[in-house]
Amino acid sequence: MPNMSLKKNEMPSQAPDVRNKNFKEVTLGYTKDQAIDEANRCLNCKNKPCVGGCPVAIDIPEFIAKIREEDFEGAYQIISKSSSLPAVCGRVCPQETQCESKCVRGIKGEPVAIGRLERFVADYHMNNCKEEPKKPEQNGHRVAIIGAGPSGLTCAGDLARLGYEVTVYEALHLAGGVLVYGIPEFRLPKAIVQKEIKNLEAMGVKIMTNTVVGKTISVDELFGMGYEAVFIGSGAGLPRFMRIPGENLKGVYSANEYLTRVNLMKAYKKDSDTPIHNSKSVAVVGGGNVAMDAARSAKRLGAENVYIVYRRSMNELPARAEEVEHAEEEGIIFKTLNNPVEILGDEHKFVKGIKCIEMELGEPDDSGRRRPIPKEGSEFILDVDCVVMAIGTSPNPLIRNTTEGLETNKHGCFVVEEETGKTSREGIYAGGDAVTGAATVILAMGAGKDAAKSIDEYIKSK
Amino acid sequence: MYKIIKKKELNPTVTLMEIDAPLVAKKAEPGQFIILRVDDEGERIPLTVADFDREAGTVTIIFQIVGSTTEKLNHLNESDEIKDFVGPLGVPTHTEGFKKVAVVGGGVGCAIAYPVAKKLHNSGCEVHSVVGFRNKDLFILEDEFKAVSDKYVVMTDDGSKGEKGLVTDALKKLIESGEKYDEVIAIGPLVMMKFVCRLTKEYDIKTMVSMNPIMIDGTGMCGGCRLTVGGETKFACVDGPDFDGHLVDFDEAIERSNMYKDFERQRYDETCNLFKNMERSV
Repeated sequence: MPNMSLKKNEMPSQAPDVRNKNFKEVTLGYTKDQAIDEANRCLNCKNKPCVGGCPVAIDIPEFIAKIREEDFEGAYQIISKSSSLPAVCGRVCPQETQCESKCVRGIKGEPVAIGRLERFVADYHMNNCKEEPKKPEQNGHRVAIIGAGPSGLTCAGDLARLGYEVTVYEALHLAGGVLVYGIPEFRLPKAIVQKEIKNLEAMGVKIMTNTVVGKTISVDELFGMGYEAVFIGSGAGLPRFMRIPGENLKGVYSANEYLTRVNLMKAYKKDSDTPIHNSKSVAVVGGGNVAMDAARSAKRLGAENVYIVYRRSMNELPARAEEVEHAEEEGIIFKTLNNPVEILGDEHKFVKGIKCIEMELGEPDDSGRRRPIPKEGSEFILDVDCVVMAIGTSPNPLIRNTTEGLETNKHGCFVVEEETGKTSREGIYAGGDAVTGAATVILAMGAGKDAAKSIDEYIKSK
Repeated sequence: MYKIIKKKELNPTVTLMEIDAPLVAKKAEPGQFIILRVDDEGERIPLTVADFDREAGTVTIIFQIVGSTTEKLNHLNESDEIKDFVGPLGVPTHTEGFKKVAVVGGGVGCAIAYPVAKKLHNSGCEVHSVVGFRNKDLFILEDEFKAVSDKYVVMTDDGSKGEKGLVTDALKKLIESGEKYDEVIAIGPLVMMKFVCRLTKEYDIKTMVSMNPIMIDGTGMCGGCRLTVGGETKFACVDGPDFDGHLVDFDEAIERSNMYKDFERQRYDETCNLFKNMERSV
């Protein structure tokens, strides 16, 4: 008999007032009993609508059935057939707009907590299974992957599973991409990312850090080295700024820089050699997940007042509902319907305030969201000593500038065939933010997965 | 890990190292830079390539001990290893098509100016090098510069070597004496580059400068290295590090470069004390 409770089992978490002072993970994960109780809410629908909502098509009802049977390792084996990074996805996927949005239980009540169950299973496996994955039998073909982020690692994992010899080239000193430089420790512990990467290495994936493709080696040289196909998952790229006065004052960061200092370079630890501005009041400009990450990091670094400055209203915030909720609980102040017009500096060129103008919503624009319009004469100054710009990125130019015949669109993103990730050049595939512009981890993983499939078909057909 | 093949003290505060990094050596060109991390807790710092040997697979870096990271780096010896070393990054210095160029180097900036002078010289360009140091004890790369320069002018703040005065004094003299330069390339402290540009602007001589702002990734991701060039925001790591000096907002760059001065000073003192205590206990 299924558990007919209309509500999900609640996720155990650190109390807001405690967690906003540390960098430990916010959510603690289900216990076995909670997981089984939640698994019992699944109706095991025959047509599996949830699977259709998953970019990597995990067989969700089947893994949940294994949880019900208390065969947690069995559940893991089902997830890992489709996902290379289950412990990551269970934490950072926007399930509410994907699998869980299709769940029949969501029609009347809350959907099954698929994401939380996925995380439970992945964590169970990490804590209890000491066995490393085996290296599959090799098929003698070689593929190069550019970028060790979500799309690249997924593509690498899928190809390795099929027997390919895969090498991933990473520009930074550490593999993981946005999972290590962008998403904070309190949302995704770095030890978990490293364990997932270790699993890939055990499967035979080679990771070459400190290698900037487009600089250290070119895409064409990779083919010269004997790789038969190349996947480009080079990520989002250069941060955007607003082009308002004062953006180069000291204390103005892009979200990329702010988060990289904190996450990759561990600036929140006392012994880190990488500094970060000690701020009392921080304004984060933008309303996406990256803005929430930056704001919550600023709070944990000790800022008393942290503001989200966003030009539309709470309803239009692009961030996940859960992230917004967590941020509010932690004391982040939402200054929505406000747009910065100038950043003000003191005599030493440090930030001392941000001048904003109030906005109101007009008619819907091209994006379908109501267009924000400035209210004349409504300017006011917010006293802050740090500003973080989290308004998106534009693609990195290094590969497109050094690889002939690779078509890009007017934004500089690689143009690919959607289903396959095929670019305009034979043997070159691309996916993730390098194609879509800044998007989510799971969409990048889905693209890596699709590309792996078509790379396999391409090489086998040669 | 990247092995230190050779280490040489050029003066009490400036050290040369040859690093085993074949992939970087294969591609490096004058004007480009690398990013290194000394150890697992270390920060990422950019250093401009001072030389390279494609056959031996080595890249030469020359650094001044100015902070915690360079202090730590200087404590490593031949056959020790550096944790991370990535490059070559940035756009190479443009050296083609010139007949006569003045290369102006200030202090440790000469380490970056030298490979540029060498490349210009090798491409058949007449090279006039003007180098400036605080005093004679801080001199570096004298023989190297002489070997690739048609004129070599030395300036010191105190007159202990060459002439007493600034590089701008020497450059002005050369220009006034009728030398016609296709371009001036100035590499050194921001203040020096600012004043070289102010001078050459008067004579309308195109001047390129090599910017060395604070960076983290160095590959076009963090945006920390941004500067204003001709009213536009540019990223030194992918758009530079060379820029038209007449368009660079030097005052802003100078301000931005001292953003972490207090932290850096404190961390430097801590590192120095740490090494002192270690030496005492040995």
